Amino acid sequence: MDAFLQPWPWYVAGPILAIIMVLLLYFGGYFGVSSNLRAICSMARGDKFSDFFKWDWKSQWWNLLFVVGAIIGGVIAANYLTTSENIVLNPETVTALQELGFENPGSSFLPSEIFGVESVLSLKGILILLISGFLVGFGARYAGGCTSGHAISGLSNLQLPSLIAVIGFFIGGLLMTHIFLPIIF
Amino acid sequence: MNYLKFLLLGVGFGIMMAKAEIISWFRIYEMFRFESFHMYGTIGSAVTLGVLFIFLIKKFQITTQEGEPMSIAPKKMSITRYLLGGILFGLGWALAGACPGPMFVLVGYGYLSLLIVISGAVMGTFIYGIFRKRLPH
Repeated sequence: MDAFLQPWPWYVAGPILAIIMVLLLYFGGYFGVSSNLRAICSMARGDKFSDFFKWDWKSQWWNLLFVVGAIIGGVIAANYLTTSENIVLNPETVTALQELGFENPGSSFLPSEIFGVESVLSLKGILILLISGFLVGFGARYAGGCTSGHAISGLSNLQLPSLIAVIGFFIGGLLMTHIFLPIIF
Repeated sequence: MNYLKFLLLGVGFGIMMAKAEIISWFRIYEMFRFESFHMYGTIGSAVTLGVLFIFLIKKFQITTQEGEPMSIAPKKMSITRYLLGGILFGLGWALAGACPGPMFVLVGYGYLSLLIVISGAVMGTFIYGIFRKRLPH
């Protein structure tokens, strides 16, 4: 039980991801979380503005349920399965973050400098949250999938488009981490 | 029951993503600095097993619960959309420290500011839908 409450290693997380992908396929769905964002747009009558939102989103009910489950999983993990939120980071990562002005890196899952109340109530803070989300949503649909659809499902199916998308994910991520984050903070 | 299995898979996904710290902004930052094996090990082992599972599914023509052929829909070949879309996604991923799945898990975990990130993601999806025909694909 103690090992269960400790942070799970990658060799537990990775196989669970693969099993979830296969079970979703077996149940007649697929592993692709960002499709739900398109379904939300359609639900909000986005079909009045673009044909892109005229699709059979109601057949995606299973995917929306998967996301509701993910939220519940977060609640369960936070309240019953976590003894400490402290994350053991590479000391070099900690130093780099302190140089950017982040206090106590790894003392919780997210940096309060971005996600804390003070940040949310400032113009810069709310823009960071909105723009980061915007890029994820826009980029995922432009690329035809996100980490689950391309990096896990697509690569497992040995699809070249997914490999190109994953290379793109990394180019963007490296640019943000090494060039833009030091400018923003 | 038809509904419950997807809900339960989501619950398992959410618990695993939280317990393996994949929902942590810091883990994503560390990954893009190549200072930890954790995320590479996670994605690497998932894909390695995934390739094996998909290979076996195709080889033995395993069907879904409903008896339909089990497969992942192929994507149309292009470079522009996957590379450009991918780069934009990556910029957002490293700034938010979360891709779509973790965003929802984090809301459940109690980080409600992720609701703002999710509304940004819905807006991004919406704007893509509006300008889709004018974008190079």
